[in-house]
Amino acid sequence: MVEVKNVSKSFGDNVVLDHISFNVDEGENFVVFGKSGSGKSVLLKCMVGLMEPDSGEIKIDGRSVLNIPINELNEIRKHIGFLFQGAALYDSMTVRENLEFPLIRNFDFTPEVRFEKVMNVLKKVGLEEAIDKKTAELSGGMKKRIGLARTIITEPMLILYDEPTTGLDPITSKEISQLVVELQKDFKTTSIVVTHDLICAKIVANTAIVLKDAKIGFEGDIKELESSNDKFLKNFFSGEIVDTISGEL
Amino acid sequence: MENSRKDNQVIFNDSLTDFFLTIAGLTSFTLKFFKNVFIPPFEFSEIKKHMDVLGIKTMPIVTVAGFIIGLVLAMQSQPVMQRFGAESYIPSMVVLSVVRELGPVLTALLFAGRVSSGIGAELGSMRVTEQIDAMEVSAVNPYKYLVVTRILACTFILPILVLYVDFLAILGGYFALKLSTGTTFLLYINAIFKSLEFSDLIPGILKTFVFGFIVGSVGSYKGYNAENGTVGVGHASTSAVVMSSLLILLVDMVLVKITVWIWAS
Repeated sequence: MVEVKNVSKSFGDNVVLDHISFNVDEGENFVVFGKSGSGKSVLLKCMVGLMEPDSGEIKIDGRSVLNIPINELNEIRKHIGFLFQGAALYDSMTVRENLEFPLIRNFDFTPEVRFEKVMNVLKKVGLEEAIDKKTAELSGGMKKRIGLARTIITEPMLILYDEPTTGLDPITSKEISQLVVELQKDFKTTSIVVTHDLICAKIVANTAIVLKDAKIGFEGDIKELESSNDKFLKNFFSGEIVDTISGEL
Repeated sequence: MENSRKDNQVIFNDSLTDFFLTIAGLTSFTLKFFKNVFIPPFEFSEIKKHMDVLGIKTMPIVTVAGFIIGLVLAMQSQPVMQRFGAESYIPSMVVLSVVRELGPVLTALLFAGRVSSGIGAELGSMRVTEQIDAMEVSAVNPYKYLVVTRILACTFILPILVLYVDFLAILGGYFALKLSTGTTFLLYINAIFKSLEFSDLIPGILKTFVFGFIVGSVGSYKGYNAENGTVGVGHASTSAVVMSSLLILLVDMVLVKITVWIWAS
């Protein structure tokens, strides 16, 4: 479903991604781990054409997303959902208008069908009562849920999640992570989740990679990563400060 | 002393580079407008919505300003004109000054202060909260949806506001003369229509389309390219007002010369 091959990206002298390669299979929940500033979000933005890598190749469903005309890119984007870190809800619109926006712009549904779809996704995220609210009236957790609803309303084949649990309390964070898994099951989508939240990763991931020093440090099953003896991974998963050079606590 | 001179030179060079970069950026941003404006969908409902909002937003301030411009102009000129025995020319002077120059330029400056900053802040906050990226990822052209509609709304709403301000300023002039000399409304209106020609009205209105375009494009440019979080939004908002006001005055200077040349010939 997703092929990332030798992707590199730098900002000035700062190399953020250095020849990153991985594949994500259809229906898989793939987690990209890494410390803050390790280039996780940049990688995700390269996948939808919001940023252009310096070199490398990215294919989604067999089609390259790099160096193609904007019309072709938009055709691919119609089948991709993207949940932004801050949900990125349009704050001049109500919840209903936010959810209807991608449907109005890209599909020819009647108002009745649109409303039905809006109600369905709101039901999925448990926020039917928020339909007429302005986004400013929503809490952080509610915004994430509505963002999620907007992401799935077009029934995309691939959903990219950029830090879906950042800034949320542990309970809401867990609920959002479970919701990600439920949605994957219901809509049979492929998901790529960028996060540094271990609880989220444990709930969501089938496979994971860890970005370290702009490269893929580790790749594998989440349990393998957790039980690894590597100092960096131990540090990452335990949250303890380990000297990554000497390995001492 | 030497160091401070060098620092000043660096600051001057940086400002100059920034200025030329901004002009280059604004030019390419504006060219993008002409590339996008003729491509469907045309977003008429969005344009109408923005025209409503921008018009209503600016209405109170231009109402007060318009009336006062005419009132003060007539009040200030009355003693001077009286000294030369030319009191009967005050209505003509008021209407020609307002229609040709004061109405369009002052309204455009007020509009820039109210609207350009608003557009800069709105688009800037959309940029830093990734709403523009979200639109792009949804396969929607954010430039067309957010920028083209706002520029068109500004371009078409400003001439309407200027006509409204011209009317209020003429009314303000009448009230000043009524209070000071007891001029009747009929006499005032007659004097106005005797002196006013289409060649006075047309350039004044035409240039407001250009001013509206400047306000919309500068505000959008600053907001659309905002960076560095909330600080960037504030900067986008204030610099949009400064830049659009300055451009309005500079372009006015050129347009006055052109219109005088066209209509005089």
